[in-house]
Amino acid sequence: MSRSFDRRSFLRLSAASIGTGALLQFFPFTAHGQTMSKLLGKRTGEAPSPFSVVQLSDTHVGFNGPPDPLGTAAFERAVETINGLSSQPDLILFTGDLTHDSEDSAEHAKRFAKFKEIAGRLRVQKRFFVPGEHDAALDGGTLFREHLGETHRSFDHKGVHFVALDNVSTGRPAVGKAQLAWLKSDLARYSRETPIVVFTHRPLFDLKPEWEWFTSDGDAVMNVLAPYEAVTVLYGHIHREQHTTLGNAQHHAARSLIFAFPDPATAAEKKPLPFDASQPFRNLGIRRITDSGARLAIDDIELTKREISGANGVAQLLRQGELS
Amino acid sequence: MKRCLCFLLLVACFASAQEPAKPRVIEISAKRFEFAPNVVTVRRGEPVTIRLNATDHAHGLLVKPLGIDLDADRGSPDEVTITPKAPGTFPAICDHYCGMGHGNMKMTFVVE
Repeated sequence: MSRSFDRRSFLRLSAASIGTGALLQFFPFTAHGQTMSKLLGKRTGEAPSPFSVVQLSDTHVGFNGPPDPLGTAAFERAVETINGLSSQPDLILFTGDLTHDSEDSAEHAKRFAKFKEIAGRLRVQKRFFVPGEHDAALDGGTLFREHLGETHRSFDHKGVHFVALDNVSTGRPAVGKAQLAWLKSDLARYSRETPIVVFTHRPLFDLKPEWEWFTSDGDAVMNVLAPYEAVTVLYGHIHREQHTTLGNAQHHAARSLIFAFPDPATAAEKKPLPFDASQPFRNLGIRRITDSGARLAIDDIELTKREISGANGVAQLLRQGELS
Repeated sequence: MKRCLCFLLLVACFASAQEPAKPRVIEISAKRFEFAPNVVTVRRGEPVTIRLNATDHAHGLLVKPLGIDLDADRGSPDEVTITPKAPGTFPAICDHYCGMGHGNMKMTFVVE
């Protein structure tokens, strides 16, 4: 697999999907980046410096139907994987559908509690959440707020401005006028060179509307972000890896922790990929992209749980590729 | 006075002749997790009003290629008038999350 990222920006995105999510490492470019860092340091008060982020998505705690009988096993495995990283990420971003909804509010609350218990095992303490429709669409986000706080917010980290957007809690795939107005005012104080990372649940562009892979006012959101030179959008919802560049923005979807959806370009129907008991964590893995001078090297690691010597074990199968 | 009355009558007749025919109204009922009818056939070039009635919960009706993007709640129908330009079969979905079977809430528009 070969993919290149836009290098014009001072911000280099290094993405590693963790089956379940994505490890993203941010480095200022070498020479140009150092200059930009100094400039940004003057403008924002905090110069960008290298750091990493892990994105987790679509854990669907409470889901127990076909095609995946594993329940929270993949989520728990992802937590173990992240805790085992030699260099711990600065931040963990969860991009929605953390729980699976229930008509019974008390049952849904239990699922939120279970989610928090598993997420609480992470060594990284800085964790941020946005809701998916399964978390917030039926009650307008009430339970989500009770357990995880506001559904949209922003913060700065090492010179990067992070924006959490809620595009689910009205029930519709929309951000809405009020949040758009908030976004405009939130961004107003930042220079155009400030790197922006948006994390949200649904794609902010028309990826596949007939599969509900879109946000109805996504164009309005991206118009607000258009003046900024380095915009990264992290999202979930589609249960598969997807990388799209539109204008100045790179959009990256993370895999889910429950089951995978097929490629919309080739599949006739939006049906989950079948569960493979011999490789229950298939489609879950780690993608690590690192800089090697003029080229970006990529390592894909697929996590596969399988029988080893008659006992259950976990093996990491390593696939390697390279980006140019 | 008589002349004036005739003139007004003529104007009224002319206006009536110029008034476009009202679009055919197609009522679609939405409830968890189905539309009724679940297939609607329209003709290319014919203006039609699509009216969505939600009977139990808020529901959406989305067919982007036809310009249909409705959101109805109980007691608050939503509607749009369209004139289909090209023939084809178009899948429609509910895009207002309505519960566990939401992903299967679909119907089809056929433009002949």
